[in-house]
Amino acid sequence: MSRRHIISLLMENEAGALSRVAGLFSARAYNIESLTVAPTEDATLSRMTIVTVGSEDIIEQITKQLNKLVDVIKVMDLTEGRHIERELMLVKVKAVGEGREEMKRTADIFRGRIIDVTDATYTIELTGTGSKLDAFLEAIDPAFIIETVRTGASGIGRGERSLKV
Amino acid sequence: MTETWQNDYPHRFTNELIFCQFMEATGAEIVVRCLAEEGVEFVFGYPGGAVLNIYDEIFKQNKFKHVLVRHEQAAVHAADAYARSTGRVGVALVTSGPGVTNAVTGIATAYMDSIPIVVVTGQVPTPAIGLDAFQEVDTVGITRPCVKHNFLVKDVKDLAATMKKAFIIAATGRPGPVVVDVPKDVTAHVTEFEYPATIEMRSYNPVVKGHSGQLKRAVQMLLEARRPMIYTGGGVVLGDASAQLTQLAGLLGFPVTNTLMGLGGHPATDRQNLGMLGMHGTYEANMAMQHCDVLLAVGARFDDRVIGNPAHFAREQRSIIHIDVDPSSISKRVKVDVPIVGDVKNVLTDMLALLKQAKEKPDAAALNAWWTQIELWRSKNCLKYNRNSPIIKPQYVVEKLWEVTKGDAFVTSDVGQHQMWAAQYYKFDKPRRWINSGGLGTMGVGLPYAMGVQLAHPDAQVACITGESSIQMNIQELSTCKQYRIPVKVVTLNNRYMGMVRQWQEFFYGSRYAESYMESLPDFVKLAEAYGHVGMRIDKPEDVEAALKEAFSPALKERMVFMDFQTDQTENVFPMVEGGKGLSEMILAEEL
Ligand SMILES: Cc1cc2nc3c(=O)[nH]c(=O)nc-3n(C[C@H](O)[C@H](O)[C@H](O)COP(=O)(O)OP(=O)(O)OC[C@H]3O[C@@H](n4cnc5c(N)ncnc54)[C@H](O)[C@@H]3O)c2cc1C
Ligand SMILES: Cc1ncc(C[n+]2csc(CCOP(=O)(O)OP(=O)(O)O)c2C)c(N)n1
Ligand SMILES: [Mg+2]
Repeated sequence: MSRRHIISLLMENEAGALSRVAGLFSARAYNIESLTVAPTEDATLSRMTIVTVGSEDIIEQITKQLNKLVDVIKVMDLTEGRHIERELMLVKVKAVGEGREEMKRTADIFRGRIIDVTDATYTIELTGTGSKLDAFLEAIDPAFIIETVRTGASGIGRGERSLKV
Repeated sequence: MTETWQNDYPHRFTNELIFCQFMEATGAEIVVRCLAEEGVEFVFGYPGGAVLNIYDEIFKQNKFKHVLVRHEQAAVHAADAYARSTGRVGVALVTSGPGVTNAVTGIATAYMDSIPIVVVTGQVPTPAIGLDAFQEVDTVGITRPCVKHNFLVKDVKDLAATMKKAFIIAATGRPGPVVVDVPKDVTAHVTEFEYPATIEMRSYNPVVKGHSGQLKRAVQMLLEARRPMIYTGGGVVLGDASAQLTQLAGLLGFPVTNTLMGLGGHPATDRQNLGMLGMHGTYEANMAMQHCDVLLAVGARFDDRVIGNPAHFAREQRSIIHIDVDPSSISKRVKVDVPIVGDVKNVLTDMLALLKQAKEKPDAAALNAWWTQIELWRSKNCLKYNRNSPIIKPQYVVEKLWEVTKGDAFVTSDVGQHQMWAAQYYKFDKPRRWINSGGLGTMGVGLPYAMGVQLAHPDAQVACITGESSIQMNIQELSTCKQYRIPVKVVTLNNRYMGMVRQWQEFFYGSRYAESYMESLPDFVKLAEAYGHVGMRIDKPEDVEAALKEAFSPALKERMVFMDFQTDQTENVFPMVEGGKGLSEMILAEEL
């Protein structure tokens, strides 16, 4: 049975490190739903969050193959334990006439913030789980959407659970 | 052999450099000094613009020998064979662009069989990278999927440490090829040189010791087995654990099989050895594999050519213990019950200790019954063939080669039917004697492999069992053999066909032999002679033994000999498990 997994990893912050991970996924035909990467507080380290879908066997191979990459220091399947997942989305929408007020109300309900305004548009910033962001997009009229951009999920373990060197 | 070679090139050995007195060094000097520090004996390579600085330093030193091949693919294969036959890291050096693309097949071949090599590649100068410069390719990008790791060295200050890392990564854990890409300007830049004795890498720590709880479970399982089987692979050879394996098998009295990559890891002439398993494995090995109740897998990766259809394999109930240094080899294609991650030599040593302490012994009656069954399978004599044929049978040539070389030669092969016959009929009693491309199945490895082996073992008998198609893929290396007086013996099983392809076409494509006939073959005798070697053509079975004896006689010890055996065109490799079929569903010779 296929399930969605969030895999977090720490790797050496070196040129080419990202392409090793991306190359691994494409070469072995694993799914990538999203992949985010940035340096950590220690600039020699990058932290990556990969959202993937696969059966238990495939996820086991994915974690083993990631661990095998020489640049990778630690791998953790966040979905194996309690964790928090957040994604950031920026949405530019049409905001005119009655729709303008309506749009602001919907953004408020989803705890979105309007971070840029023109006569005719709002740009809304939203964070949450992927499904919350999906829900927002479903709540507004698709005809109003000009542009969306999403970061893909970042994740972290709850409580004491942590991924560090 | 080495001596005469040195006398031929005296100019290379007069210019002794005293390394340690220099503090500062150029990148090119650093590359050369690192190789010397690593105790490298041979660098197989081919020059070009991007590596000229390095070649200039090679000219000035005498710590290692450079072997000039005729094609970069052969440089990597020769380095790979050096590694396979010695256990040490092999080294190749090629130029940027086409030098690298030519080398890729060699690198991928080494990768698939987990062979430790370091390939130093030249690159265009750093400011030119990305500008489609002359002879630029993205070496790190092209080789990434077929290396254990690769590096682009952008700063000469990182060069020595990178070389050290390359050697460590190539040789430890699950071995594999490492590419170090060095831009030309970096080879000219100067820095202080110090070669680190070792380097810690926080991201790279292969597991070496097996988990003690798992070891205990495994030993218990082995002692309770009624129909045990030991399935061993390339990991036993790579991990230099054949002594431990042979001891363990002997202590338990269990049957042993080897994969194509594991041949020699347990002596083939030992009664407990059932021969190779898999697609062209023996009847007894495949049947025992299918019907055992406890399977001990040692350094083998349940390849698709080995277990056949996994669903069919899973139909029989058995418990599996799997020892492998690479966790990703475990439970990849077949679920296992007791995974043991660790170096095979350590794990087997620990297992032996536990077994010796154990009070229980394997159930003798059950084991006897199991052996009776196995002997019944063995009595099918699945490797029999027509010994009275008026045409030379390829199996006969390999058997005779085994006799003439007293089973003690290093044997390389190419890819095809001849490779399978070599594996089936040359009984390897020692590890690192059988050198072939299993995972990638690269035609053309045979001759460069033989060169690498012979240079590493100048006094040994080295035979290359090949086909008339495969040999032509790197035939230019006959010239390298001449230059360095590499006296390998090529045994061509010439069936005028891409026999392995022809066999599949006969079985699965209604005998429509599309493009598998080898037209316009050269006269190999004349060809060998043109390159300055000895050529022989053998047409009749009664001449096979004499030809082999002559080739391996003291009179021709220093000569490269090319033997062209005209073999039966219609011969097929048996037993055979068709693709998609189960391991016990073999086609045997007699059934056709
Ligand atoms: C034409 C053709 C036909 C073939 N037919 C057959 C056939 O009939 N039968 C057959 O067996 N093969 C056959 N092969 C070869 C096959 O494709 C595979 O290459 C081979 O079966 C793999 O062997 P292996 O399982 O021993 O693994 P290898 O590729 O040798 O891998 C070694 C394993 O050991 C592990 N390892 C390495 N070092 C250590 C260590 N120090 N400690 C612990 N573990 C270690 C590695 O991680 C890896 O999992 C054929 C190939 C060709 C080209
Ligand atoms: C580089 C490469 N190309 C193609 C193949 C596919 N292939 C496998 S065996 C074979 C035929 C080999 O013929 P030959 O060397 O004459 O050996 P034979 O099978 O006749 O003994 C071919 C074409 C391969 N393994 N490698
Ligand atoms: Mg042939």
